[in-house]
Parts: sequence; C-alpha cells; structure tokens
Amino acid sequence: MSAAGAERQDSRRERIVRQFALTDVIFREVSRLAAVVVLALLGGVALSLALGSWPALSTFGAGFLTTESWNPVTEKFGALAPIYGTLVTSAVAILLAVPIGIGIAVFLTELCPRPLRRPIGIAIELLAGIPSIIYGIWGLFVFAPFLQATLQPFVIDAFADIPVLSSLFAGPPYGIGMLTSALILTIMVLPFITSITKDVFDTVPSILKESAYGIGCTTWEVISHIVIPYTRVGIMGGVMLGLGRALGETMAVTFVIGNAHRVNASLFAPGTTISATIANEFTEADGVLYTSSLIALGLILFFITFIILALARFMLMRIDRKAGA
Amino acid sequence: MSSVTYPRRKLTNSIMMGLCVLAAAIGIAWLALILGALLYKGIAGLSLGVFTQMTPPPGEAGGLLNAIAGSLAMSIIAMLVGTPIGILAGTFMAEYGRFSRLTVIVRFINDILLSAPSIVVGLFVYEMLVVPMGHFSAIAGSFALAVLVIPVIVRTTEDMLNLVPNALREAGTAIGAPRWIVIRSVAYRAASSGIVTGILLAIARISGETAPLLFTALNNQFWSSNLNAPMASLPVTIFQFALSPYEEWQQLAWTGALIITLTVLGLSIVARSLTGRKEDR
Repeated sequence: MSAAGAERQDSRRERIVRQFALTDVIFREVSRLAAVVVLALLGGVALSLALGSWPALSTFGAGFLTTESWNPVTEKFGALAPIYGTLVTSAVAILLAVPIGIGIAVFLTELCPRPLRRPIGIAIELLAGIPSIIYGIWGLFVFAPFLQATLQPFVIDAFADIPVLSSLFAGPPYGIGMLTSALILTIMVLPFITSITKDVFDTVPSILKESAYGIGCTTWEVISHIVIPYTRVGIMGGVMLGLGRALGETMAVTFVIGNAHRVNASLFAPGTTISATIANEFTEADGVLYTSSLIALGLILFFITFIILALARFMLMRIDRKAGA
Repeated sequence: MSSVTYPRRKLTNSIMMGLCVLAAAIGIAWLALILGALLYKGIAGLSLGVFTQMTPPPGEAGGLLNAIAGSLAMSIIAMLVGTPIGILAGTFMAEYGRFSRLTVIVRFINDILLSAPSIVVGLFVYEMLVVPMGHFSAIAGSFALAVLVIPVIVRTTEDMLNLVPNALREAGTAIGAPRWIVIRSVAYRAASSGIVTGILLAIARISGETAPLLFTALNNQFWSSNLNAPMASLPVTIFQFALSPYEEWQQLAWTGALIITLTVLGLSIVARSLTGRKEDR
C-alpha cells in the first residue's frame, strides 16, 4: 500500500471515529432528555393542578377541606364529603383486601401444587388487567342488585339493635353506595397486594423457614412467626401501593357510589369520592369557581396518593436492599 | 411443648390453611363471576352490525364503529408519542446513566406516575391542552393516554435492559463498537422480547382507560376523523351508554365492555407468554 493510500485511510478512520463519538453524544443526550421528560411530566401535573385550583383555594381557604356543602348554584364548595368518601371506601377495601391478599400469597407459595401455581397466579393477576370501567358496569348491573336483594337487608336486620353497628349499616338497601364501592375496590387492589406479598415471601431465606420446620413448627407457625415478620416492610409497601390505587380509582367507583355530597355514617348510604365527583361533574361545570373547585379536589387527591405511593416505594426499596444483601 | 397443645396447634394450622385456600377460591371465583357476566350479557348483543354501524340515537339499533375507530386512532397516536420517549428514557436509565443520581430520581418518580390516578392525568392535560386550545380534541385525548403509556414502557425497558448480561456489552465494546451501536445491536436485540412486552402492556393499559378521556377527547356521537375535534372512544361510550335509561344503549355498553376486556386480556396473555418462559424455571 502506498503512503498516500495509508494516509487517506487514516483520515477516513479518524472521520468515522469522530462521527461515532458524535452520534454517541447525541444518543446519550437525547435519551437523557427523555428521562428528564418523565420528571417534567410529574412536575407539570403538580404545577398545572396547583395553578388550576388557585381560584377555589384562594376563595375558600383552608375551609375548603372542612366544608360539607357542595352547591353549584350558590357557588359554595367544600371538599369534606368527597374526601370522607375516598378515605372510607379505600380504608374498608384495604381492610378486606389485606387478609385475602396475604391468604392467596400463602396459598400460592406454600400450599398450591406446583403445576397449578402459575395458572392460579396468572388468574389473580388478570384481575388487575381488567379495565376499571368493566368493574363499574359489572358492579352497577350485577353486583349492586345482588347486594340489594341479599346481603344488605340481612345485615340491616341483624344489626338493627346493636348500637354502633346499627348506624354503620343503616338505611334502606339501595344496592349502590359506599360499601358496594369498597367491595369492588377490594377486588381491584387484591392482585397488587397478592403479587407483591408473593414476591417478598420469596425473599425469605429458605434456611430460616427450614430451621423453624426443623424444630417442629406447623406451616401456619412458620408463616406467622417467620415469614410475615421477616417481610413486614415489604407487605406494608404492597398494601400502600394497593391503597394508592384504591384512592385514585375512578370509573368503577363512579358507577356504584351514588354521587351524594353528604357525610353519612352508614356504609350503605350513597356517597361520593374525589375521583367520582370529578368524573361526574367536570364536563358540566360552568363558572371558574366550579371548575377550579374540581381541580382543587384533583390536587388533594394527587397530594394524598403521592405521599402514599412514595411511602410504598421507600418500603419496597428497603426490602429490595435486604434481598440484595 | 406438652402434648396437650399439639392437637390445638394442628387445628389452628388446618383452620388457617383452610382460610388461605378459601381466599384463593374467592379471588378466582370473582374473576369467573365477572368474566361470566360479561360473556353472558355481551355476547347477546354481539353481531357484525356492532363493527359496521355508528353509535345510534336512543331507541334505535346501531353499532360501535365510530367509538372503536376513535379508540384505535387515539391509542395509536398515544403509542407513537409515548413509546419512543419511554424507550429512550429507559435506555438512559439502564445504559448511560445506570449509576447516576438522575436515574435514581427518575425511577422513583416513574414508579409514582405508574400508579398515579389517571383522572389526575386527565385534569393535567385539560389544563395543558384543552384550555389553551379552547375546545376538547382527539389530540388532547391522545396526549393524556401517552402520559399513561410512558411510565409503563420506561419501567419495562429499564428492567429488561438491566437483565442483559454485561459480558455481551463488553464483547461489543471489545471489538471497537461505540456505545450507541452496542446499545442498538446488542442490548436492544437481547432485550427485544421484554421491550415488546412492555409495549403490549401499555396498549392493554390504555385501551380500557376512561377517566383521562372524559374531559380531553370528550365524546362524539358521529364519525369523526378530525383530530382537532372531540372524538368518540369505546370506554367513554360505554360509560355514557351504561348509565343511560335506554335498553339498546345498555346492551351496546355490555358488548363494548366485552370487546375491551377480550382485547385487554388477550394482549396481557400474549405479553406474558413472551416473557413467561424465563419466569417458569
């Protein structure tokens, strides 16, 4: 090869290397930009909600949180009823879903025959895949009439003479209402709690379980004394994640909650939640104050779920580190 | 331990294990109940007309064509917008910035976005696009769906790229390939089935989403191919029809619900079978 040829080849190589390096920088910066977009999205959500809710929050001040009245005619808005409904339905849902979810996780990890493990696990996870509007239409047309005809009259009669329970389960059996919403939320958050519980159960070192079995513990004693204490933080994370879902769930609840802006002690009474109020009223809201009050509800919901989900992540990160160590 | 407590311990164990089996039975029975009702009520209204006719006025027969088309159009646009952003962000987190502080923050925020209430995303897009534009539009609806797509894809892309063995990357680098070629031809290729799973899961997620469309794309009784105008979508149509007093509408709502559910479950089963073999062990 001639000297000139070699030189030409060298400069060509140099050009290609430079080009490679340039493409690399471009690719890196574009991908970094995309990562920043994710941050910007969350920031944008917070900012736009804060701006949109400003008219309502500046008019009503802190009283917005403690006022029950929700009157579009006189333009007096308070968030108490939706906040109450959101917290109560989610709390009831979590109370029911946690034991069932942990039970399913125990079943899947300890009891289920191996060949059935995967199909049953998938079936439970499919519950998470069903869109929430399907739960809504099913709840309204199938589940609520069923409750109205069977469970509700029975419970109202049974608890009629017991002081606290009689007011908790009072009133005519509408079918729809807070309890129906809570039951639907239960089944919706169940797969989240189950799958995380199952995952953290798998992080328990076999040697711990085997030692317990070795000194004669029954399966239940191993679960309750070894597995659950070891994975407590992870289970809490899963529960918080489920709670975050339940708080923000919209369509399923909108169908069956009954949309009544009232704080009512009875679980059978119709109520409303933050998300159901927004879904029902947003497109019909006229006037700056009405729209802004609805956005303020959204801001409150965003704030609550952000804190709950952040806590859930911190807890799950802790168990991840434990599993990694 | 005295022998007196042993039968009791055994009994407690049997009761608790029985309750666990019961819990699993409840979960599965509930899935069966929902799917059963959906099939029973949905199939009754399933006909070719559902896919060829427009949504009817109350009291008349019709189909869901404009709603299905609207859902498809908005989902496609959302995927076209969301997928590249999601994959790039996931790439940054797993490849260029695996150990950077930005990655830790983005992962945390992304996990929150993943579970954030979708109705809040609807409000965000309403403030961002609907208010400045002055009217509801399919573009706003697509954008709202894109916001929901991004976190799903970021998460799966990052997870799947993290599973690619570093030895593969090192082999690529050792023969002189620059980073972006290693990512494109080695990492993406090794993680491709996982990334496709993420995309399918994202489609499954948005095809049933109603809340973010309610006040972004709104709804439309008629055929519309104008992206700058309100557009019908299957979930919003179901919402409107199910809550109406008209029997024809309620029947269409059930049929629509069946179509969505089969689509979503089909997508998630395909997605699962793509990555399932690895989990099986």
